[in-house]
Amino acid sequence: MSYDEHGIAEALSALPPAPAAWVRAAQELPLLRRVLDEIVVRIEQDDEFRRRVVADLETALQAEGYDPDPALVEALRHRLAAE
Amino acid sequence: MSEEAQLVGRCRTGDQQAWRELVEHFSRYVYAICMQGFRLERHAAEDVFQEVFARTYEHLDRLRNDDAIRPWLAQLTRRLCIDCLRASRRESVTDEGDVEAEGSESWDEGLMRLDEALDVHEALAALGGDCREILDRFFARDESYKAIGDALELPAGTIASRISRCLSKLRDELEGRRPRLSASSGSVTR
Repeated sequence: MSYDEHGIAEALSALPPAPAAWVRAAQELPLLRRVLDEIVVRIEQDDEFRRRVVADLETALQAEGYDPDPALVEALRHRLAAE
Repeated sequence: MSEEAQLVGRCRTGDQQAWRELVEHFSRYVYAICMQGFRLERHAAEDVFQEVFARTYEHLDRLRNDDAIRPWLAQLTRRLCIDCLRASRRESVTDEGDVEAEGSESWDEGLMRLDEALDVHEALAALGGDCREILDRFFARDESYKAIGDALELPAGTIASRISRCLSKLRDELEGRRPRLSASSGSVTR
């Protein structure tokens, strides 16, 4: 490309920022994955916790000190449905 | 090795800060492919955006050449956009005719334009002072002189001249990077 100012301005305009919440959610993937793995292990090893999760996922997570963030809840539901 | 390849290498070691930087670095690129290339509706674009990064995180080890992260991401985003359009049955989509169906620009032309734009944004990130903020706010975020002045605590009347000066600095930065850009674009498959 030629680096005249018009071309540079067009290039800058071509990439507006993605919504901040989308970026943040993608950045938190590793953390989400780690918490998810931890919860799944607990569900597999603790029958009482499993029973409470099946009855009311959000309440069970809150009771165990997890933040029932919608992304976590959705990912967990998806994971449990797949198992 | 390009800066992008170095970032991929750091992600592989489990460096979470590197992952955050990688997402930040490519977020506009992936977003632009979804919104400009395929004109997805917002909720569909969000699903594709998250899926792209989820798969990237999961499959980063499968990338044979770290320098190919950008075209790899572009193809992944493209494939997921096509899947999304097919699933929504909004229109009949073919692998080759999708972008052409939406406008006059072909996939290759559109991607080349976005690749060049990302190169310019990389150069912008290297600029010091207020230039990065001023140019990004004016051109990419479409903010007014007043909004920029308010946000950066600068007199609104000076913004136009600062934009001009910053564009000039950015042009110099890009000219300085030209050999590097040429070299890196030759090392990946586009």
